[in-house]
Amino acid sequence: MGVMHKNKNNIPPKDDAPTGYLHSVESGAAVDGPGMRFVYFMSGCMFRCQYCHNPDTWKIGGGRKVTLDEALDELRPYRKFLKFAGGVTISGGEPLVQARFVGELLRRIKKDFDLHTALDTQGFLHASVDDAWFDAVDLVLLDIKHSDPEKYLKLTGQALQPTLDFAQRLARLQKKIGLRYVLVPGLTDDDDDILRLADFLAGLGPVLERVDVLPFHQLGAFKWKELGHDYPLEHTQPPSIEAIDHARSLFASKNLITR
Amino acid sequence: MPASLRKSVYQDCPAPREEHMTVVVQLPVTENAWRSFRGEEWKSRVDVRDFIQKNYTPYDEDESFLAAPTARTKNLWEKLSLLLQEERRKGVLDISTDKPASITAHDAGYIDRDNEIIVGLQTDAPLKRAIMPNGGLRMLQAGFAAYGYKMDPVVEEIWTKHRKSHNQGVFDVYSPEIGAARKSGIITGLPDAYGRGRIIGDYRRVALYGTDFLRQEKLREYHEIDDAVFDDKTIRLREELSEQYRALDELKQMAATYGFDISRPAVTAKEAIQWTYFGYLGAVKEQNGAAMSLGRVSTFLDIYIEKDLKEGALTEAQAQEMIDDLVIKLRIVRFLRTPEYDTLFSGDPTWVTECIGGVGLDGRALVTKSSFRFLHTLTNLGAAPEPNLTVLWSTQLPRAFKDYAAKISIETSAIQYENDDLMRPHWGDDYGIACCVSAMRIGKQMQFFGARANLAKALLYAINGGVDEKTGVKVAQGFAPITSDVLKYDEVMPKLDKMMDWLAKTYVKALNCIHYMHDKYAYERIEMALHDRDILRTMACGIAGLSVAADSLSAIKYAKVSVIRNRQGLAVDYKIEGDYPAYGNNDDRADGIAVHLATSFMDKIKAQPSFYRDSTPTQSILTITSNVVYGKKTGNTPDGRREGMPFAPGANPMNGRDVKGFVAAGASVAKIPYACALDGISWTASATPDSLGHGMDERKRNLANCLDGFAMAEGFHVNVNVFSRETLEDAMEHPELYPQLTVRVSGYAVNFAKLTREQQMDVISRTFHQSM
Repeated sequence: MGVMHKNKNNIPPKDDAPTGYLHSVESGAAVDGPGMRFVYFMSGCMFRCQYCHNPDTWKIGGGRKVTLDEALDELRPYRKFLKFAGGVTISGGEPLVQARFVGELLRRIKKDFDLHTALDTQGFLHASVDDAWFDAVDLVLLDIKHSDPEKYLKLTGQALQPTLDFAQRLARLQKKIGLRYVLVPGLTDDDDDILRLADFLAGLGPVLERVDVLPFHQLGAFKWKELGHDYPLEHTQPPSIEAIDHARSLFASKNLITR
Repeated sequence: MPASLRKSVYQDCPAPREEHMTVVVQLPVTENAWRSFRGEEWKSRVDVRDFIQKNYTPYDEDESFLAAPTARTKNLWEKLSLLLQEERRKGVLDISTDKPASITAHDAGYIDRDNEIIVGLQTDAPLKRAIMPNGGLRMLQAGFAAYGYKMDPVVEEIWTKHRKSHNQGVFDVYSPEIGAARKSGIITGLPDAYGRGRIIGDYRRVALYGTDFLRQEKLREYHEIDDAVFDDKTIRLREELSEQYRALDELKQMAATYGFDISRPAVTAKEAIQWTYFGYLGAVKEQNGAAMSLGRVSTFLDIYIEKDLKEGALTEAQAQEMIDDLVIKLRIVRFLRTPEYDTLFSGDPTWVTECIGGVGLDGRALVTKSSFRFLHTLTNLGAAPEPNLTVLWSTQLPRAFKDYAAKISIETSAIQYENDDLMRPHWGDDYGIACCVSAMRIGKQMQFFGARANLAKALLYAINGGVDEKTGVKVAQGFAPITSDVLKYDEVMPKLDKMMDWLAKTYVKALNCIHYMHDKYAYERIEMALHDRDILRTMACGIAGLSVAADSLSAIKYAKVSVIRNRQGLAVDYKIEGDYPAYGNNDDRADGIAVHLATSFMDKIKAQPSFYRDSTPTQSILTITSNVVYGKKTGNTPDGRREGMPFAPGANPMNGRDVKGFVAAGASVAKIPYACALDGISWTASATPDSLGHGMDERKRNLANCLDGFAMAEGFHVNVNVFSRETLEDAMEHPELYPQLTVRVSGYAVNFAKLTREQQMDVISRTFHQSM
């Protein structure tokens, strides 16, 4: 037996209406942007991060197909609550894989509901959208997974530079950034790597609100197994409390606000 | 039953001739006690609400004024902790086997006489349990057997030869069908073998008026009906008023053994707390009720505390010390029950519910400094399930109080929340909560507690034509089973509808029997003495298995459900093909079925021809803990739930089927109209601390905002469980007991039970390093 997550009306989308692929939604998230968030987890990602805890969202065209209105209907019942308690976060997967749909979704969230919006991205695909695309984004939760281009490539399967360009573009657009850095022992915990990133971030100026050091965890391991993938970090331990504090202190040494 | 027998059997020598209602009591001099209080109406007749409204001091600032526990408090609590440890080891610490309980049966008892500020124990020693055979001798026998005690021969003789119990009365009149329904578990938890409870005496009256004034009022109420038609209603009422009058005198005698004269009103804060507690103590000396709420005392007591603070007679540390001491007493209320009873209720609960906060009809919040002081006991004494601290939530509560309550919730998980904005229009601004969710105007309303009917099982009976799926016994007579292989919604629904008619009929008959006999053989004398004479009585029915029944019907409607029958042709399992929308995801297709079930069962209850004592029928959707036992008694269900698997508690979505997060789940629960469940709708929401945000400031604000959101959506009740380290560790050992425990980190959530042991340990160490 299964539980249906499908939307009520299975009306086929009109040709001109954008459709998107949604992995799932979460109505009560508190650690994905300020306050209580409604989160759209979009399907599809071109990265293959070794420590990904949502490999079930990788597949492009996976999940369920929804129209813009269907996606907005999911959010509608919570609009009053989210207005005072938090807002909406678009996460994934990598939301920019579906840039057209996500852009329209953000615009409509602003226009119809006037809610705070956050975009959780690593920015790799930012060049595909114009500056106006970001008008409906209040906060970018930016993932920079490493500061060394070669290690970045090895870790994620993609190049670092587009993400750095994206950060600078956000600074130019005066878009607020909440930076997320996942601390993985043996992969991302080298002092020099962290300091290099901290220097870069310090150069972004006041748009950078905070650096969240997120400790690597093993909670996604079972998903790799379920999907039949080999999990490269099967034997990696989560960082110690001391290691997390140390990483935070490195960011703080460049006058960045961390937690 | 001659009422006089009740008292005389408890005493070694014959009782003095009972005082008669015609004796006029000299009114005490009340002016001294009342001189500094405002208002007049409450002085001429019993009206505690009027006193509160005219005299309380709202407080809208934060918790920074609160005082830490004193050395005395810590010592007393430590002394008690040793006894509590011993009790946990032995099951019960001691039983007073030869002294059937009454208000005056036991001598004064103390934990540590010289170091107690508020005094009074149920028996003559802490944690020593009284026996209350009026409810039923069987409960006693089972309790004695379980803990290795022997029945006192005199007690046994009295309650078998000379005196009938509530339990015997009920079984004299049950019909065979009621017996069968009770046995199969389609109706479970009926209070037919012990005290029904769920009655809240207005214990504040003892402090505000003293017992002489209250007796005078009872006398007035009694003589007002001297010339009424003496039908059975009037005669019963007159006998009850006599009992109430007598109980008030016994309360005074009991207080005197502790050296206090409560015939007059309390003057100081310490007296007000002590007098109020004596009122409550009288109730728990006399009744082993399923739930024995305290009511709504904190803002009432605050008036006295404010007065003493202003007069310089009290410091904040002393004020907190008195509240701490009261709460210590409330934490050690005990009843002798059986291990089976404890299993049903997952422990040994007494539901000493105290309501805190809420908003008055004039728009002023009823939050005072003592609202904070009561919640602060959870910090000073550590977390505990009793007293059952209940915050009456309103979006209009002061921000600082909302944040403080949320903070204490996150730290202790020991607070439940109920929607004052929803209840106030029904019950005013001086109601209390009996047990977990039952609102009643204090001193003006009582309920006949009715446990629950199992709707999931009713659905199986509809499919099997009234034959029990577990035993093959025909329980409901006159029904034909469904014979098709695939269940059709349009065939199942009419059959379920008829089965619910049968269930409602059988259920209300049982409740009428129970409450008739309880009034007759185990009347709550002191609790009712602290009520008005003319009160609203509700017949509080209840349903269990709402989400299982709703999901089953959703599966039948939206997926394909085939029946698997055993050799006898009994439907014992179901095969589900396809997906179905589950209740708890804010999807009207499934939620609408739950709403329909709840409203239609209420309609069927209301349609019954007679309710004992003209009570008003209500229902609750509440099983905070007994959902496990209900599940055990129910076979495979068409939603895919396996035989014996626990139901979800209360109105909760079925474990693990609410996949859109707890805000969506709360929205589904909030759709069940309060109007069809005026006895309450319970939701339990669980979280780890870090799933509520980074750091306490974020967490408490997020939780408070969620509570506002739930209240605005007309959600009724929520138990907020923020998991402690101990809970998570227990979940590692017993994952089956925590099917819905979700762990959340940024961008990710997972069911705790899915994790390996190492991962679980990591979650635990991380969670509790970061949150403290």
